[in-house]
Amino acid sequence: MKEKLGEIRSRALQTMDNVTSLGELEDLRVKFLGKKGELTSILKEMGRLSKEERPVIGQIANEVRNEIENKINCVKEELIEKQKYEKMEKEKIDISISTNKERIGHRHPLLSTIEELEDLFISMGFTVVDGPEIETVENNFDALNSPENHPSRDLSDTFYITEDILLRTHTSPVQIRAMKEYGAPLRIVSAGRTFRFDDVDDTHSPMFHQIEGLVVDENISMANLIHTLDIFIKELFGKDMKTRYRPHYFPFTEPSAEVDVTCMACRGKGCPACNNTGWSMELLGCGMVHPKVLENCGIDSDKYTGFAFGMGIDRITMVKYGLNDIRLLFDNDNRFLEQF
Amino acid sequence: MLLPIRWLKDYIEIDKTTRELADGLTLSGSHVESISNFNKGVENIVVGKILNIEKHPNADKLVICNVDVGKEKLIIATGANNLHVGDFVPVALVGAKLPNGISIEVTNFRGIDSFGMLCSLRELGYSDTVIPKESKEGIFILNKEYPLGMDIIDILNLDDQAIEFEITPNRPDCLSIIGMARETAATFNCELKEPEIEIKNEADKIDDYFNGVEVKSHNCVRFYGKVIKDVTIKESPLWLQSRLMEAGVRPISNIVDITNFVMLEYGQPLHAYNLGKLDGKKIVVRQANENEVMATLDGIERNLSTNDLIIADGKNPIGIAGVMGGFDSEITKDTKQVFIEGANFSDKSVRLTSKKLGLRTEASARFEKGIDPNLCEKAVNRVCQLVELIGAGTVVKGEIDIYEQKVEPKTITLRPERANKLLGTEISSNKMLGYLNGLGLKSIYDGKLIHTTIPTYRLDLSIEADLIEEIGRLYGLHNIESKPLIGALTRGEKSYKKNIEDKVKSILTGLGFNEVMTYSFISPKAYDKINLPQDAIERQYVKLINPLGEDYSVMRTTLLSNMMELLSRNYNHGVESMYAFEIGNIFIPKSLPVKDLPIEKKLLSISFYGDKDFYYLKEIVEKTLGRLGIKDIEFSREENNPSFHPGRTAKLSIKGESLGILGEVHINVINNYDLKERVYACLLDFDKIVELTNLEIKYKPLPKYPSMSRDIAVVVKEDIMVGEIEKIILKHGSGLIDSLELFDIYRGGQIGEGLKSVAYSITYRSYERTLTEMEINNIQKLIIADLENSLDAKLRS
Repeated sequence: MKEKLGEIRSRALQTMDNVTSLGELEDLRVKFLGKKGELTSILKEMGRLSKEERPVIGQIANEVRNEIENKINCVKEELIEKQKYEKMEKEKIDISISTNKERIGHRHPLLSTIEELEDLFISMGFTVVDGPEIETVENNFDALNSPENHPSRDLSDTFYITEDILLRTHTSPVQIRAMKEYGAPLRIVSAGRTFRFDDVDDTHSPMFHQIEGLVVDENISMANLIHTLDIFIKELFGKDMKTRYRPHYFPFTEPSAEVDVTCMACRGKGCPACNNTGWSMELLGCGMVHPKVLENCGIDSDKYTGFAFGMGIDRITMVKYGLNDIRLLFDNDNRFLEQF
Repeated sequence: MLLPIRWLKDYIEIDKTTRELADGLTLSGSHVESISNFNKGVENIVVGKILNIEKHPNADKLVICNVDVGKEKLIIATGANNLHVGDFVPVALVGAKLPNGISIEVTNFRGIDSFGMLCSLRELGYSDTVIPKESKEGIFILNKEYPLGMDIIDILNLDDQAIEFEITPNRPDCLSIIGMARETAATFNCELKEPEIEIKNEADKIDDYFNGVEVKSHNCVRFYGKVIKDVTIKESPLWLQSRLMEAGVRPISNIVDITNFVMLEYGQPLHAYNLGKLDGKKIVVRQANENEVMATLDGIERNLSTNDLIIADGKNPIGIAGVMGGFDSEITKDTKQVFIEGANFSDKSVRLTSKKLGLRTEASARFEKGIDPNLCEKAVNRVCQLVELIGAGTVVKGEIDIYEQKVEPKTITLRPERANKLLGTEISSNKMLGYLNGLGLKSIYDGKLIHTTIPTYRLDLSIEADLIEEIGRLYGLHNIESKPLIGALTRGEKSYKKNIEDKVKSILTGLGFNEVMTYSFISPKAYDKINLPQDAIERQYVKLINPLGEDYSVMRTTLLSNMMELLSRNYNHGVESMYAFEIGNIFIPKSLPVKDLPIEKKLLSISFYGDKDFYYLKEIVEKTLGRLGIKDIEFSREENNPSFHPGRTAKLSIKGESLGILGEVHINVINNYDLKERVYACLLDFDKIVELTNLEIKYKPLPKYPSMSRDIAVVVKEDIMVGEIEKIILKHGSGLIDSLELFDIYRGGQIGEGLKSVAYSITYRSYERTLTEMEINNIQKLIIADLENSLDAKLRS
C-alpha cells in the first residue's frame, strides 16, 4: 500500500506540471482526490490493514493528500496569474494616440500678469484697491499737481466725457482716492484700464493697462522706494536683473525717477533691442509723492512722506511673452489665447 | 534737444569723451536718446582752389576744372555751374570715400579723364533740411581761404558728435546750449563760462530810427528790442553756418542766422523785422481783430481771431507773437535797418494760437514750455554783439524795454536733515551746498538751514522738495543705498470682490472657457447689431466728446456686442468652436447729459459657439454659481429680449431679484455678426453674484440609512415645462427626496400629438431612519394626484 501511495503521489505531481488550464486541473483534482478518486479508493482499503500499520499508512496517506492539494493550489495560482497577464496582453493599446475631446480654459495673458503682479505686492504687504475707469479731471489731473496747461490735458491726448469728466489717463487717481479715503499710513497697489488718445498700431492702443503703487508713512524715503522696486523687479524678471534709477519729471512726485531694467533680450550684454545700451528703457516711473499731492488729500506733508510708482502692464506682458504687437492682447484670437 | 559737443565746449572746459558725457548726464537727469556722428563716412576730401574752368569739348553740360590741392594740380570734370576761378572747394581725391558708400576713381567723361570730384554739401553727408537754399544745387563753395590740401573734416568739424536729449517739460531752460552747459558743469563739477556780452560801438539814438512800442495785451509779459543800422545782408561766415547746421538749423542769411544762433545758445526766440517796412516805424502788440488776416513768413495767409496775440506796425499785423513773423516785414537782401525783438509772451496764449493755426515753430515750442522773461535783454544784446563781430551792421544806441511786472529771483529755505530723510541718505550740508552752487543756485548755509536764491530761469524750482530733487540727482539716485521699509507689519490683501473674481475665473477656465478682454468703448452701431429697439435702456449711454472714431465713441452698457464681435472674428478666421468669458465693466449714466461720474457695474459674460447647447450653458452657470454657494436659482422663460431667441432664453433670479439672462442668441444678431453657427450667451450681474456668494461650507453627515428609488413617468401637454412638474414633486417630497433625476422625455408613438412623456427617477432617503414602503407609496400617490390635478398629467404605465 505504501508503494501504491508513493506511485499515486509521484504520478499526480508529475501530471500536474503539464496542466495548462484550470479545467484540466480540476479534472485531475477529481481524478486523484475526488470522492471516487484514486487516493480515496486506496484509503477505503485501510480496513484490511493491521492495527499497527493503520496509523502509519494513515499518516502517509494524509501527507500525500496534503502534498497533492498544495501542488494543486500552487498550479492554480500560477494559472490565474498567467491568465491575467494573457488578458492584459490582449488588451494592449497604442499609447501614442492623442485625442482632443476635452477642453481646458486659458487665462488672458495680460490679466494673469496683473494677477501675478498683485500677488507679488500682496506678499510685500500691499493691499489691492480698485478705482473707476471714468474719473474726474480733479482726481486725474488737478489733485495730482498736473500743470493747468499741460499738453496731456488736451483733447488730443485725453478722452473727455464732459469738461470735468474723462477716461482716466493713468491709474494715479486711485492714489488720490485711497489717500482721501484711508489717510496715512497707507500701502496700496492698484491695476486697471487706462486710456489715451493714441491710434492703434504695433505699440499703441487707446486702451491700455497700468499698475500703480503707493506707500505713505512717517520716514518713508527714496532709499525705501529703491529697495521695494528692486525686490519687485528681481521677483518678476529674475534675480540677475539690475536696475538703474534715472532722475525724471512727473508732476505728482518730487524727486521723480525713471527705472531702466537690464535688457531682457540680451541680459545686459547689449543688443539691437536695447540700442546696445544693455538697458530696457523706461519700464517704470516712480518718485517721492509731491508734498502738494499729500496736502491735496488732507495728509500732513511734513509728518508723512511717501513714494509712488507706476508702470505699463501691456509692455511688461509683451516683454514677458515676446509679443511684438500690442493688438494681439485686444484681438482675443482663440489661437492666441490658447497659447497661455 | 540736440547738443553739438564742440558748441558745448565753448562754455566749459571738460576732458570727457562723448560717451562719458552722455552717461553722466543721463544719471543726473538729462536722458540721452542718441549720439550721432557728424561724419557720415567722408574720407580723403581736401580743400582745393579752382585755377581755371574750361568748357568740355564734347559735352555741353560739363566743364573741366584745373584744381590745386596743394601737393598737385588735378583735372576734374563737373556738371556744376556755380563755380568761379579762385573758389575754394571740397575735392574728393581719387580713393576718397563719400557717405553714400561711393569711392572716387579716375573716371572718363567723354574722352577726358577726371581725377576726383568736387563736392556739394549733400555729398559731404549733410541733410537736405539744413543745407542753405543757395547751396542746395551745386558745389559747396568755402567762403574763406584755407590751406590747400587741408582735410575737409577739420574745416567742417566732421569728427565731432552731437547728443540728442529728451528734455522733461519742467526744464525748458535745458532747451539751450548754455542750459545744457550748466547741467554739464554741475554734473562733472567744472566751471561754466557764459559769454561776456559787450557791444563796442553804438551809434546814434534809437529814437532817430524807431517810434517805439505800444503793448496793449497782458499776454505780452515783456517786449525788448534794439535797432541795427547800415545792415549788409549776406551769407554768414562758415563758422556760424556750421554751428547752425550741426544743431539742425538751416542757415539763411547773416542777421537771421544770428537770431537763430542766439536762440539755440540761450533758448530765447528772437525776431528780426525789416524796419523799413514798418508803417509808422512803430510796433503795437495787441490781440488780433476778429477775422484779421496776415501772411506769415512761409507765404501762407492766416485767419486770426481775438484770441491770437499779434505784433503789428502802425497799420497791419507783422507777426504772430511767439509763433511766426510776417511775410511783408521779412529780412531781404536790400534790408538796411533791422529791429531785433526779444520778447516774452504768455505760454498759454502761444500754445492756443499755435495749435489753432496748426503752426508749430521752434519759437512757439519754446514759448509753450515757458521762458524766463529776464532772458530777453541778454539775448538781444548778444545778437547785437555778434552783428558787430561779423560786421553785419552797426548797433544803434538805446533800447525798447516794456516790462511791467518784473520777475525777481525767489529764495527757498532747505532743511538739510529733511533732504536726508526724504532721500534716505546721509549727505553733509556742505556737500549739499556744493551741489546747489554747482548748478548756479546761489546758496548759503547758516549752520542750520540752507538758503538758496533761485535764478529766474529755473521755472521748476518753487519748494523745498524741488531742491531736494536737485541734491538727489547730483548725488545720483543710483548711489542711494536701498533700505527696507520699516514700520508696522502690514498684511497685504485683496478685496473680497477681487477674490471672488479670481475664483470665478479659475472655475470657468477649469470648465474649458477662455478669458477674453475687450475695449470699454464701443460703436453706437453695436446696439443696432444686437437688435435693440431705439428706445432700449441700453442706448442711454455715456458718449466721448473726442473719440478716436465712431467705433470707439460710446462707453458700453452691455458686454454682448464685444463678445459677439470677437466670436465672429474667430469664426471668420476658421476657428471651429470658441468658449469664452469676460468680466468687465459697463457704464450707466446717472443722468443725461452726464453731470456726475457714471455708475460702473461689473458684468460676467459667458458665451460660445460649437457643439454644445442651451442646457450645457445652463449647467455651466449653475455649477459655477453652485461653487460660490449660490443655489436655488430661479429660471423663468424670457421671450421678449430682442437680442435672444424667444423660445430658448431664460431669466435668472434669486428670491425675485434679477441676476441676468441666459440663452441662444437671436438669429438676427447672429446674422448681423456674420456667424453661421448658433451662439449661446449669458450675461450676469457680477456685483450681485458677489453679494450672494456664500463661501461658508457646513458639512452634512454622510447618510447612514438606505435610500429607496421610484420611477415615475407622466404624459403632459407639450407646453408644460418640466420645472413645473419638478416643483410639484418636490413640494410633496416632505424633505425626503434625496435626488430627482429627469431620465427621459419621449414624444411620438402611442403618446399622441401635442403631448410628451416625462420620466423621473426619484430617490428617497431620510438621514434619521429607514423609510417604510408605505410612507413612500403615500408620497407617490400625493405627487401623482397633484400632477393630474394641476397639470392635467396622465400617469404612464
